[in-house]
Amino acid sequence: MTSALIAENLTKRYGRRTALSGCTLDIPAGHVVGLVGPNGAGKSTLLQLACGLLEPTAGRLEVLGERPSSGSPRVGFVAQDTPVYGGLTVAEHLRMGAHLNPSWDRPLAERRIAQVGLDPTQKAGKLSGGQRAQLALTVAAAKRPDLLLLDEPVAALDPLARRTFLQSLMELAVEQGMSIVMSSHLVADLERVCDHLIVLVASRVRVAGDVEELLAGHHRLVGPRRDPGELNAGWTVVDESRTDVQSTLVVRSTAPIDDPSWQADRLDLEDIVLAYMSGAAGPARVLEGQR
Amino acid sequence: MIEFHLETRSGVAPYLQLIQQVRHALRLGVLKEGDKLPTVKEVVAQVAINPNTVSKAYRELEYAGLVTARPGLGTFVTRTLGDDSRAKHEPLRRELERWLVEARAAGLDDESIEALFTSAFRAFSEARA
Repeated sequence: MTSALIAENLTKRYGRRTALSGCTLDIPAGHVVGLVGPNGAGKSTLLQLACGLLEPTAGRLEVLGERPSSGSPRVGFVAQDTPVYGGLTVAEHLRMGAHLNPSWDRPLAERRIAQVGLDPTQKAGKLSGGQRAQLALTVAAAKRPDLLLLDEPVAALDPLARRTFLQSLMELAVEQGMSIVMSSHLVADLERVCDHLIVLVASRVRVAGDVEELLAGHHRLVGPRRDPGELNAGWTVVDESRTDVQSTLVVRSTAPIDDPSWQADRLDLEDIVLAYMSGAAGPARVLEGQR
Repeated sequence: MIEFHLETRSGVAPYLQLIQQVRHALRLGVLKEGDKLPTVKEVVAQVAINPNTVSKAYRELEYAGLVTARPGLGTFVTRTLGDDSRAKHEPLRRELERWLVEARAAGLDDESIEALFTSAFRAFSEARA
């Protein structure tokens, strides 16, 4: 399978602050990829490196088999808060897009504007959040990129505008067959639209993989207290908490959990993401009443 | 044409929900032989889900012999699901009752029986998924 993005030991520092550290990733092409993590985890940095707006401090990055360069016709980018030019009309945005992009698909742009009900003569500054997001998506998609990067495109939208935006995005994914990487805090949305997920915490990739495999491979186990050395060697403990009598674990294991002394439950994607976020916060949380 | 919907809190995988909705429509006679299913693009534009999820559901329905994909035309229903399976319910139920008597005789309480059934059923459907 070809890759949309390959990162090896990718690192980005701003002065003394490390925004992204030793990031190694292989994102397959033809997928809708979700990028999650707390604020400041490095999501925007990774997206901006991928579209060539930033230069890496160290490591290697390949996007669609090439070194990223800003302005590449093969990569579309919708920055955070879906920025548009407030003083220009919708039609002027499309004219500018056509002027700047040799690969501009005018029928696609005009069809989408009509479909989402935007008035071409309207100034972009007067659009609602949902309409602005649709305009930014249209401008990025009409470039006909092979890879579309979106930085929290739905964060500021109301639930209806969010759903409409995601419907449009998925329609474009089918129609244009492009790979999509989008960051979001709304894991429930990502669970619907993504088939691949990356969890970024404190500038590092904590887990990345196929959503179904992640769902099948993670388990919440509750059982009598045990120390880490007593656990099955095939398990990777993502998060754990203990009381004096009980252990609660989130483990990653490709094999089914067949130890009857544990009660095993499934997790949804949000639980898995939260386990990686809190598991990364430090050593296992210690509950009162022990030690 | 049927419309799909998605229950995000159900814990059932989205592609399985789509399969269940088609099977349900077949059982109710809402979908009949020769009917066309919505295209992948139509489904994602309506439900806002991943296109691969829809393709996977359609593939599974095809393996099950319920639909067939005609390239360039769409996906069509090839057979209906009658309620002929209902006649088979009774003997299965009697076997299940026999099993429940055995489980009770082995000393399992209601919760253990339910947990055992649920975990066995889950492992069974996962192995076949």
